[in-house]
Amino acid sequence: MRVTMTVNGEPATADDVWEGESLLFVLRERLALPGSKNACEQGECGSCTVLLDDVPVCACLVAAGQAAGRDVITVEGLAGPQDPDGLHPVQQAFLDAGAVQCGFCTPGLIVQAHWFLRQSLRREEGDVPADPDIREALAGNLCRCTGYEKILDAVRLAAARMSGDAA
Amino acid sequence: MEFLQPRSLAEAIAAKAEHPAAVPIAGGTDVMVEINFDVRRPEALLDLNRVTELASWRRDDGMVRLGAGVTYARLIAELGDLLPGLAMAARTVGSPQIRNRGTVGGNLGAASPAGDCHPVLLAAGARVEATSVRGSRLIPAAGFFTGPKRNALTADELITAVLVPVAPGPQQFAKIGTRNAMVIAVCAFALELRPPRATTSDNPVSEYPVPVGPDPVGTVGTGIGSAGPVPLRAEAAEDFLARALAEAELWQSAGRLPDHVTQRFSELVAAAARPIDDVRGTAAYRRHALSVLARRTLAWVWDSYRAEGTPEASGRRRPGCG
Repeated sequence: MRVTMTVNGEPATADDVWEGESLLFVLRERLALPGSKNACEQGECGSCTVLLDDVPVCACLVAAGQAAGRDVITVEGLAGPQDPDGLHPVQQAFLDAGAVQCGFCTPGLIVQAHWFLRQSLRREEGDVPADPDIREALAGNLCRCTGYEKILDAVRLAAARMSGDAA
Repeated sequence: MEFLQPRSLAEAIAAKAEHPAAVPIAGGTDVMVEINFDVRRPEALLDLNRVTELASWRRDDGMVRLGAGVTYARLIAELGDLLPGLAMAARTVGSPQIRNRGTVGGNLGAASPAGDCHPVLLAAGARVEATSVRGSRLIPAAGFFTGPKRNALTADELITAVLVPVAPGPQQFAKIGTRNAMVIAVCAFALELRPPRATTSDNPVSEYPVPVGPDPVGTVGTGIGSAGPVPLRAEAAEDFLARALAEAELWQSAGRLPDHVTQRFSELVAAAARPIDDVRGTAAYRRHALSVLARRTLAWVWDSYRAEGTPEASGRRRPGCG
């Protein structure tokens, strides 16, 4: 079947999509967007996290047809033209904090952290989120390298920078 | 494989009647795992995401009619006051990403013995609304689960809603797992106190009247998860606790619960389980853990009840509403 959706702000069409295929497969194998990673294929690891109509979901658990006509944002689409070096502040913070080791979990963590910070900074009017809230927000994203401390550092750093921007 | 994408409830039940082997998919958090791992190749997927009728809830007198497509995330955000037990269970489901997609309807459709919502729905005396081209029927939660991953739906029916009584008193849910997130329950327990009440319904012509009459004595609801082939009620424990509270006039005095009552209640809960040894835990561990969960949740709900005050003191005030 043919599936048409909006991906990172642009219309995208995939043909010959199998009805049982996941959104993740369509993104990686048909739309040349390999940023979202394929690891567990069962919603356990969060490495395929994308925004579907602005809500973070595991792309491996969305049937491709369910995404038809919807708005999908992947890690490739987070940075805007205003961001230096083509990196969103969350991406830059992951680099600066040393939160990337093998890098496999990074895209999912960045999409999830990006959504969480946008929500919490909007709600708290510039206050950086508390650690337990960061941990809860990232509970569905597994990393097997860094041990999470650097990842938490990165999210705190991004929160500080983004709230500074907002103020 | 066919991909069916109805735009309305009428289209959805017509599609299910025409394709009885079609597998309904909402959040995909169970169905897509089976497809990804090649353990299931359904003839057709029936996508319910576009059926707007399923994606809302409303209060109807003493009941909440919870659309089958309402996500756990919305349940947590919107129903913590009216259905605190169910919201607690929803908070323990998977991860934020899973809670953004998964639904109570899907939990019921999958009918896993470990489904997090099931103990709460049993404890609350919820009913499952099943709809087909032949009409709708209400299936009590206690009769809904017919075996591991089996339920009482016929091939042409879809789960359209769950009717859950607004919490009549304190509710609790507790779950054992190896970490806080992304855990399939080793075992779980839900408990609800229903203090004595003179009337049940503010509105006797309600579309979904609460299925019990005035209750001068007070009752208790329980649900056990992941410790039997289906989610179970601990009926002997419910009866024992209700009798103990009534005989000692504890509903009225809101006094301290005697230790022997808590002890006996937890034993009866553990005895009601029918656990097996599996990868997540042994039968013996599950029984032990259930007795601990029963004791803890009873302490928590009784503390809530005492804090809320007796029915005379607080009128018809409900937990979480104040």
